[in-house]
Amino acid sequence: MKATGGTLGRVLRDPGLWLALAITAAIGLWPALAGNRAYARDTTFTILKAVALASSLNILLGYTGYVNFGNIVFFGLGGYVGFYLMDVHGIHLALAVLAGALAAALLALLLGKAILRLRGAYFALATIGVNEAVRAFVKNFDPFGGPVGMTLNFQTYRAYGGADQALWTAYIAMAMLTLITVLVSYLIKTSRFGLGLLSIRENEDAAEVLGINAPNTKTWAYVLSAIFPGMVGVLFFFKNGNIQPTDAFILHQSIEAIVMVMLGGQGTVLGPVLGAAAYQLLRLYLLVSPIFKNIQLVVAGVLLLLIVLFVPAGVVGWLRSRFARLRRVLV
Amino acid sequence: MGDFLIASLVDGLLLGFIYGIAAMGLSLIWGVMNVINLSHGPIIALGMFGVYLAFTGIGLNPYLSLVLVAVGGLLLGVLIYWGAVHRVIDAPHLSSLLATFAVNMIIIGIGTALFTTSPRNVDFSLGSLALGPITVPWTRVAAALASALVTALLYLFLQRTQPGKAIRAVSDNRAAAELMGIPTNWILALAFGLGTMLATISGGLIATFFPFTILAGGSYELKSFVICVLGGLGNPLGALVGGLLLGALEGVIPAFMETSWVPVLEFVLFILILLVRPQGLFGSKS
Repeated sequence: MKATGGTLGRVLRDPGLWLALAITAAIGLWPALAGNRAYARDTTFTILKAVALASSLNILLGYTGYVNFGNIVFFGLGGYVGFYLMDVHGIHLALAVLAGALAAALLALLLGKAILRLRGAYFALATIGVNEAVRAFVKNFDPFGGPVGMTLNFQTYRAYGGADQALWTAYIAMAMLTLITVLVSYLIKTSRFGLGLLSIRENEDAAEVLGINAPNTKTWAYVLSAIFPGMVGVLFFFKNGNIQPTDAFILHQSIEAIVMVMLGGQGTVLGPVLGAAAYQLLRLYLLVSPIFKNIQLVVAGVLLLLIVLFVPAGVVGWLRSRFARLRRVLV
Repeated sequence: MGDFLIASLVDGLLLGFIYGIAAMGLSLIWGVMNVINLSHGPIIALGMFGVYLAFTGIGLNPYLSLVLVAVGGLLLGVLIYWGAVHRVIDAPHLSSLLATFAVNMIIIGIGTALFTTSPRNVDFSLGSLALGPITVPWTRVAAALASALVTALLYLFLQRTQPGKAIRAVSDNRAAAELMGIPTNWILALAFGLGTMLATISGGLIATFFPFTILAGGSYELKSFVICVLGGLGNPLGALVGGLLLGALEGVIPAFMETSWVPVLEFVLFILILLVRPQGLFGSKS
């Protein structure tokens, strides 16, 4: 990711980047315009969280072609480490977020070399195993509160100017973090490093022959896709006020993130942003709709099935292949 | 301590038979068509509800209703194959994983709407078998025997019958099988159906002694992954051995540490085996 003068100019002139950032920013600014601001804030937080998780998953899933079913483990672990530091040691949110990123990155670095040797479905299974192993471990780990988890002392919010102010702080941090995630996702895709990832996706053996150090490259992609979920976890559980093993390592959420990436278009920068926003809005609509309230999972399932069977490239991928002119804008 | 260990080991081994046939279903599908069926868990839960509904609705003996459940499971599997899997059978892994996960969401969604997620149980008992220090409910023994029987029947079916041989042929080399005049698509559908049939049978057997919800299949699905890796993905008989191993492990570990550590060790073992011997402990295919 060397940003020399020439590439910086190219990056700044790319309409695709600005479109992706503008859409993300528009989502983030929504609560400022909405009528019921607290409600809009909570809803939008969920959408931003989904955008950030889907975009980071896309680094490994879309760019590198490794199906990760357990990316949520980094969200949970980062959340737990940050929460522990805030709750027990009274550390400030900003530092806790960095600690969450560090914990997630470390786990990814340690695991990466080992499990990224597995390919295809074996890798997917291993990531499920990692998530379940960490969850089961945290359930038994007393410093993290074991099976009941931890609850943030209400006093903690005072340092941030009361609960309401603290929630807004968390929200603004989340919006900034999501923007950074999308930016990094773009920078990776358009960099030399990203080119290495794409070539691993297309043909790993050929990529190695052409001089790409595949094990290292994959591991760094894995680390990058872990850092942001680690930070999101800290913000989410700070806002939530408590953390439990059953909330932090939900395999289902991991798979939902895959659905969002697929829906928008894997391997594109904009795809996960649109996919996550659309998926969350649809879910929200279904949850409050009197007709679909009870069968929202069925509707989501049928939608997923239709996408997988008929539009496997996702919305952005489909638009790109259908309208060549849009390729400049939809990266 | 010694008595507890024996009792707990027997308990684990009896459960292991059922884990075994659940995993066998997953393994059969994987071996024949390279698809990991992520709707395995909810289908196990459907087996539980099948037995439950037959028992509470018309008072049918659970072991008789298992036959109906098995037929239903077979038909459901064939339906899922044609509806969700067939189109993506040659696509990258992600497609078939997501297609079967979509089926998972649909089943859980419908199940939750119909049955809610409050726990159910089949109020059925055969008394207990007392053997020295150990007492085991007969339902557990019967379930283990039924699982062994199902395994034997599956083995005979795959080895001796025409469709069974066709399944093995398609598993070895689909293109060659097609050239020999085998209707490969229907054979794949049949194999998928057999896999889901095994899942529903295991669910039905579990329902005779454990309470359950529509979400209950999830943990058995995860166990099935562990077992498949123990026994070798795509190796149905290895799945039974893997199931017994996992059952034994679950029986022995609580004698030495708290039960809540069992899943930690299970999944660490799972990852280690994947890394060191991805073909499984008894895997034949490379």
